[in-house]
Amino acid sequence: MVETGYGKKYRVIVVGAGHAGCEAALAAARMGCATLLLTMNLDAVAQMSCNPAIGGLAKGHLVREIDALGGEMARNIDETGIQFRILNTKKGPAVRASRAQADRQLYRLRMKRVLESERSLDLKQGTVNRLLVEGDRVQGVETREGLVFYGERVILTTGTFMRGLIHVGLNHYPGGRAGEPPSEGISEQLRSLGFRIGRLKTGTPARLDGETIDFTLLQPQYGDDPPNPFSFETRYISRTQAPCHITQTTLETHKIILKNLDRSPLYGGVIEGIGPRYCPSIEDKVIRFPDKESHQIFLEPDGLDSAEIYPSGISTSLPPDVQLAFLRTIPGLERVEIMRPGYAIEYDFVDPIQLTPDLQTKAILGLYHAGQINGTSGYEEAAAQGLLAGMNAALSLKDQEPLIIGRDEGYIGVMIDDLVNHGTEEPYRMFTSRAEYRLLLREDNADQRLTGIGRRAGLVSDTRWESYLSKIEALDRGERILEETRISPSDREHLARLGLGELKNGASLRELLRRPEIGIADLLFLCKEIAEFSTEVRRQLEIGVKYEGYIRRQMEQVDSFRRMEKVSIPPSFDFDDVRGLSAEVREKLKKVRPLTLGQATRISGVTPAATGILAVVLKRG
Amino acid sequence: MRVSGSRAEEVLGRIFRTRRAQWPLDSHHLYHGQIIDVDGNTVDDVLATVMRGPRSYTGETVAEIHCHGGPIVIRRILDLFTDFDIRIARPGEFTLRAFLNGKLDLAQSEAVVDLIRSRSEDARHMALDQMEGKLSRLLRKFRSSLVEILAEVEAWIDFPEDDLEEPDRDRLVIALKTLEGDMVRLLATFDSGRVLREGASVLILGRPNVGKSSIMNLLLGEARAIVTEIPGTTRDLIEENYILDGIPLRLIDCAGVRETEDPVEMAGVSRAREKMLSADLILMVIDGHEGITRDDEAVHEECRGLRFITVANKSDLPPAPLPSPFTAEPLRISARTGEGLEELKRKIGTTFRRGSLESPDTILLCNRRHREALGRAREGTKMAQSALFSGEPPEHAALGIREALQGLGEITGETTPQEVLEQIFSRFCIGK
Ligand SMILES: Nc1nc2c(ncn2[C@@H]2O[C@H](COP(=O)(O)OP(=O)(O)O)[C@@H](O)[C@H]2O)c(=O)[nH]1
Ligand SMILES: [Mg+2]
Repeated sequence: MVETGYGKKYRVIVVGAGHAGCEAALAAARMGCATLLLTMNLDAVAQMSCNPAIGGLAKGHLVREIDALGGEMARNIDETGIQFRILNTKKGPAVRASRAQADRQLYRLRMKRVLESERSLDLKQGTVNRLLVEGDRVQGVETREGLVFYGERVILTTGTFMRGLIHVGLNHYPGGRAGEPPSEGISEQLRSLGFRIGRLKTGTPARLDGETIDFTLLQPQYGDDPPNPFSFETRYISRTQAPCHITQTTLETHKIILKNLDRSPLYGGVIEGIGPRYCPSIEDKVIRFPDKESHQIFLEPDGLDSAEIYPSGISTSLPPDVQLAFLRTIPGLERVEIMRPGYAIEYDFVDPIQLTPDLQTKAILGLYHAGQINGTSGYEEAAAQGLLAGMNAALSLKDQEPLIIGRDEGYIGVMIDDLVNHGTEEPYRMFTSRAEYRLLLREDNADQRLTGIGRRAGLVSDTRWESYLSKIEALDRGERILEETRISPSDREHLARLGLGELKNGASLRELLRRPEIGIADLLFLCKEIAEFSTEVRRQLEIGVKYEGYIRRQMEQVDSFRRMEKVSIPPSFDFDDVRGLSAEVREKLKKVRPLTLGQATRISGVTPAATGILAVVLKRG
Repeated sequence: MRVSGSRAEEVLGRIFRTRRAQWPLDSHHLYHGQIIDVDGNTVDDVLATVMRGPRSYTGETVAEIHCHGGPIVIRRILDLFTDFDIRIARPGEFTLRAFLNGKLDLAQSEAVVDLIRSRSEDARHMALDQMEGKLSRLLRKFRSSLVEILAEVEAWIDFPEDDLEEPDRDRLVIALKTLEGDMVRLLATFDSGRVLREGASVLILGRPNVGKSSIMNLLLGEARAIVTEIPGTTRDLIEENYILDGIPLRLIDCAGVRETEDPVEMAGVSRAREKMLSADLILMVIDGHEGITRDDEAVHEECRGLRFITVANKSDLPPAPLPSPFTAEPLRISARTGEGLEELKRKIGTTFRRGSLESPDTILLCNRRHREALGRAREGTKMAQSALFSGEPPEHAALGIREALQGLGEITGETTPQEVLEQIFSRFCIGK
């Protein structure tokens, strides 16, 4: 085939406009790189192919971090969300997380509009068949039509499209998502370039016609009032809000499912990909937990102007007639009609252990992978990687150090560190339990952790930066005030108002706040200045005091973590030259090629003694 | 003995007494003083120095203690440090710290690599030995209980939308408490475990000519110590290894303790007094035939607060009446005829076999590093209990359990996060 150049040369090309691709392209463009975002279907930009929802435990944390760094996801959901809730309000601040229902159409349209209006960014429809590779460096991409786009960096964010295979019952056909074709060429090529490719599986439930559901029988679940936005920039949410509804499967449902298992590709051995255990199909749930009489289902609205309903909790790949039969045994769904049947999809992924922590492939320079291609699941996980890949592509074009977020700095750091050091065997999803410094990585302080980094990269606007600085200034001042303002023992009236008896030596506000029964709101009458702080600032002050002991404990852990992180291992370092490493440890180190001593310690099988030896050898140089 | 880190000086201040100087000590000066245990008893006469960072080997503040040596004294001082939460260095850690703080001399590095390598080899062999034992099985049991509890707590944290039942705090607290109890019991075996590994010292003490050397020989079954009729013949310390029913002992015979003018003998006497403090057991020998003298009373006085057995020797001769406090069932033996030897052995044996050593199945904690790591595991377990008990959010309990798991992991070499997720998914029905 004759190559036809497009004429224009790009610095960064992003392949795929899902959640990872959108963030990657925006970040690169906003950092000043001429960027091309290629997608197979311009009407499916930022498509939510699973739940029409953003956030949840650990995922909400990711979204807030994306926002602090200057990504788009938080603002996009704030603009298009139709129900916002904070989860875990009965637990501590570290594990509270935001979740929102999106209007699916509005979400994608708004993201598309943002992409379109970005000056250095071209958004085009096109199916990439092949990467242009010269030696060990990527040069651009070629589309199905033979059109060539040259670009110095290429970011692959192809989601579930690589050799996608859709299963509905025992039937299967190639597809990247319901109603869309797969992408065939790239994974072949990656394989021939020597990448290890694996296969994963995920599934969705049927989409239901809301007009045929009897909601009057079901318990509604409303969002918080007022809704709390994701972005540190959003002041308030103005869109109309909508509830979800809760129902559940019945014994009858389970009976139908069990009776028809032989028609499930999962149990007929048709599917080879590994599915996520945290997102089991209803078939799995019924089999693995036979004692459970019913499984909860959230009926999530697809949008304000849509009747489609996403029944969360019953993803399935049983044939449509079985789907319909079991759905109709569920309260409220007795007369339900299916609009789109549920299906399972198998797709190729590239084991992320083949990446360096900047998300660049070790084998091909200039090539980055982000999102489901790395074996992750979830929009938020994808977006976070996309953002980092975009930033790192841009940074490398400017000859700057890559941005690697530490495990102590953000969930994004935890995720990427996990991926590149351990690879993954099942779809990787974020959980708060994956973060060892969980008490420090809160949604509420994502800005404190990451705004500075986003600013340095050039993704944080002046207005946001200023409001951030004034928040930090207020926090500093607030801490001083808490320390220095004292209530004297003779101040009986105030003590009484706080519900306190005698205080022999008086107390600072800080000491008062340490008492479990006293919150910062109770202290406002003692100090005007604190009353003038924003609720955000007051909350930070309160958390800082109330959880001081635990926070300090984690800080100490972080200190020792950081010392190891500071020691870098040069890319040219030859592990074969190090005497005294066991063959096994040596192989592991060579496979992962850690960039720091700290990273080396996290590779499974690398012993403390081995890291000790490495430390010394590194110093010797 | 060297302590490095921000708390080095503070902890030295707590266990080191010196009359010569005021705190804070001058950096890089050597001070003479005593190491004092928590009860105020002198452990050893030492020289100590503080080297404030960055002018030190590691670049951090370092405290050094030069003691009189002897594994027992070192051990005691180490134990004091660990009581103050000072951790034992990992193989090569001083060097690693020095390196991390930019203090490592390049020329040394080659040698240091070898050093770390050889030490870690040792450590690995020890680890292998331990791994095969019952100890590792027990630790694995601790670990799986912790993982199980953690899975429950983590599921509670991470899946608020999944219709899971909130776990019963009381039940978790009880489970953790039980586990902590098991850990405490294992920790308590450390003394016996250490004895098994390092040997216990048994000091044979008494005024001249009561038959100390004869008793030592009787135990050893050979004439190692010199037996004479001239009082004060044994002027130096004589140490012999001796295995009593599988317990390794170091028997120490020393000069008779009495007021003396002879300078050589005096030196021996003072060495005997020194040994008293570090001995694991003292056999206080009196002459059952001659009876008690003022020297015996003085020795008895010095033994107060120490672990000792009174042995009345020469039971082959007619007994003299014993005044208080010697009346309380002294063990009567005859070094000459061997009468009472079995009884003596039995008594020594039980001293070191108290509690945990009794049954042959008992699991012992021998390694100092292990004790320390298990101590941290216990702390974490305790913290998790109190967090759960006082109604704090579950992530605080999780922090404690994780610290506990980390402590155990340092002994068994296993890490956990992935495993916890496995547990969650297999036990709870989770997911959309
Ligand atoms: N009759 C008798 N004489 C003993 C016995 N044990 C030691 N002697 C004698 O007491 C003297 C002092 O013994 P020795 O072991 O040197 O005493 P030490 O100075 O305490 O070490 C020697 O003449 C021994 O033979 C005993 O059990 N019975
Ligand atoms: Mg003698």
